[in-house]
Amino acid sequence: MTDTTQKERFHRRVLENKAGLFAIVTTIVISIGGIVEIVPMFTKVAGPETPDWVSPYTPLEVAGRDIYIREGCYVCHSQMVRPMRAELLRYGEWTRAGEYRYDHPFLLGSRRIGPDLQRVGGKYPDAWHFEHMRDPRSTSPGSVMPTYKWLHERHIDAADVRASVVALRKVGVPYTNADVDGVAASIAQQGQGIVARLATAGIQTEPDREIVALIAYLQRLGVDGRRAIEAGLTAPTKAE
Amino acid sequence: MNSTPKVRADASVYDDDIVRKFFTATVVWGVVGMLLGVIIALQLAWWPANLGLPWTTFGRLRPLHTNAVIFAFAGNICFAGIYYSMQRLLKTRMYSDWMSRFHFWGWQLIIVSAALTLPLGLTQSKEYAELIWPIDVAIAVVWVVFAINFFGTLAIRKVKHLYVAIWFYMSFVITIAVLHIVNSLAIPATLTRSYPVYAGLTDALVQWWYGHNAVGFFLTTPFLGLMYYFLPRAAERPVYSYRLSIIHFWALVFLYIWTGPHHLLYSALPDWAQTLGMVFSIMLLAPSWGGMLNGLLTLRGAWDRVRTDPVLKFMVVAVSFYGMSTFEGPMLAIRAVNGLGHYTNWIIGHVHSGALGWVGMITFGILYWLVPRLWDRDLAYPKWATTHFWLATIGIVIYTVAMWVAGLTEGLMWRAVNDQGMLANPAFMDIVHRLAPYYWLRLVGGSMYLIGLLMMVWNLIATVRGARPQEQAIPVPVVA
Repeated sequence: MTDTTQKERFHRRVLENKAGLFAIVTTIVISIGGIVEIVPMFTKVAGPETPDWVSPYTPLEVAGRDIYIREGCYVCHSQMVRPMRAELLRYGEWTRAGEYRYDHPFLLGSRRIGPDLQRVGGKYPDAWHFEHMRDPRSTSPGSVMPTYKWLHERHIDAADVRASVVALRKVGVPYTNADVDGVAASIAQQGQGIVARLATAGIQTEPDREIVALIAYLQRLGVDGRRAIEAGLTAPTKAE
Repeated sequence: MNSTPKVRADASVYDDDIVRKFFTATVVWGVVGMLLGVIIALQLAWWPANLGLPWTTFGRLRPLHTNAVIFAFAGNICFAGIYYSMQRLLKTRMYSDWMSRFHFWGWQLIIVSAALTLPLGLTQSKEYAELIWPIDVAIAVVWVVFAINFFGTLAIRKVKHLYVAIWFYMSFVITIAVLHIVNSLAIPATLTRSYPVYAGLTDALVQWWYGHNAVGFFLTTPFLGLMYYFLPRAAERPVYSYRLSIIHFWALVFLYIWTGPHHLLYSALPDWAQTLGMVFSIMLLAPSWGGMLNGLLTLRGAWDRVRTDPVLKFMVVAVSFYGMSTFEGPMLAIRAVNGLGHYTNWIIGHVHSGALGWVGMITFGILYWLVPRLWDRDLAYPKWATTHFWLATIGIVIYTVAMWVAGLTEGLMWRAVNDQGMLANPAFMDIVHRLAPYYWLRLVGGSMYLIGLLMMVWNLIATVRGARPQEQAIPVPVVA
């Protein structure tokens, strides 16, 4: 009891009369948790794995990811399959930490108004995504998703994508000089591949349309991870 | 809201002009933020309400709703309450009149920029930190000016002793600065686009360290500070326990900062971090309830007045909702419970019992208490305030119950497995359809809350119309 009273006395007599000291103590107290949790994330021992089986997004995929962010897709769709039986059945393999290695920003989401998209890459043909964005109810009857018709009309700009690739390189994504110089060519090549696949389904579009970039990104989601898991390159499965 | 006297940098009177400014902004942005909430609630119940336009889709308006409610509505009432109470607790005018106004106009400009950029799809995607990097820079500048004004006022104070409300305000000023700067570190690609320096799960951890402490230090500690000032004033009773306020203050600000990883349970975030997030979230129950009890017990001997005084009604329900949502939060942070509740409407219900119940209700109580004191006028329609109270309270209950049921429904249907070991509901759309009635019910609850708010707006306008408030002299404090 004496001890408590003395502490209380210190608080009342000293701390509560000295604003500067109070501010310093508060700053220390609110810093501890963040330092203990965040700093180890940058170490090899305690941080997330940085495997070599994942590669950076292509320029067209970067453009698609920027559209995914602009439209707020992450507001309704998560990118994180949890290690639970029902999730494995519904979505596929649970998400490994390394799969997010080049994700700036992360897009795990916080709400599943629609299904998780971590393993959506390769799940549907390109034409499905094309139609789904035009009218979600044409492919998913009863969906509450808005229509995204403007994606089929608007164009992406290679110079703009190049600026993104340059900035992503600055935050640590290992793009080479050749990657940066070849942004326009890379976009055209990958875009034409998607346009050709869409043409086989009777859909006509141009390689620089936003919908093509978004399809490129969606078809990439979770692919590196799934291949690595199938090839046995990832750490043993978590017990769950 | 009009006819405010010309600002005079007179050290012998309180600067209530700045309080009236933040007061008015609170009311205006409250309507905007909650109207947006009702619109996006309608969009989930009835998709054509997305209007087929890029600027009005749910994906773009939902961040605008959260930003408007947190930073515009809640932010402005924090500043109004801080500027009002701090001057009176310390018996001094604010340190700098121009800094106060820079803070006010800068903050409103930031909100307007948010309202323009988010519908345009200009976003960084991190929740409650969506605003593009130039706006982030502006936030940092305005915050630093606010901090200088805040600490400058502490430096020129006439009352040496710092009352508990000031401790909470201080933790708000310091922690928000730290959180905002660390979480916003990014490299610009263009004037409107940037990429965070952190990658993947590290980015996720930094974001949720920020995100949960936006709850902790933007929606909790400043509001507890407001509670410690305005609740005893409204109840005309001293704070119940001084010792409890010391213990729960330090425990709260220490523990809160650790809790972010509970947003990433069952992710591939390293297990040690997930466990820390869960454990600290559970411990947080104790100081949270310490604050709730200190608030409720302050009313001892004044409970009879709760029956008649709408201000106390709002405050009692606010503190009760604070207690309920800070009980629900630690429960949801338990791994197994989170496995069911995460990604569902349960979380939306939880957030709104905090936002509508705690933040909204205590704000209304403070606004009703302040308006006669800021404009020298009695409230125009006191009975309307009571009607507002009941509309809001019943509205929250409908809202949260609808979201609980919706959340449990989808959580259980997602995970249900049949006798053959297969998914019982393999079609995701079947689960989406099951939620429709609850989305409509939520719309009803939210609309009731909005109607109550609009009644308050009308009431406040009628009260202040034509008022010519007098400046209030600062009493010379008795030397202790």
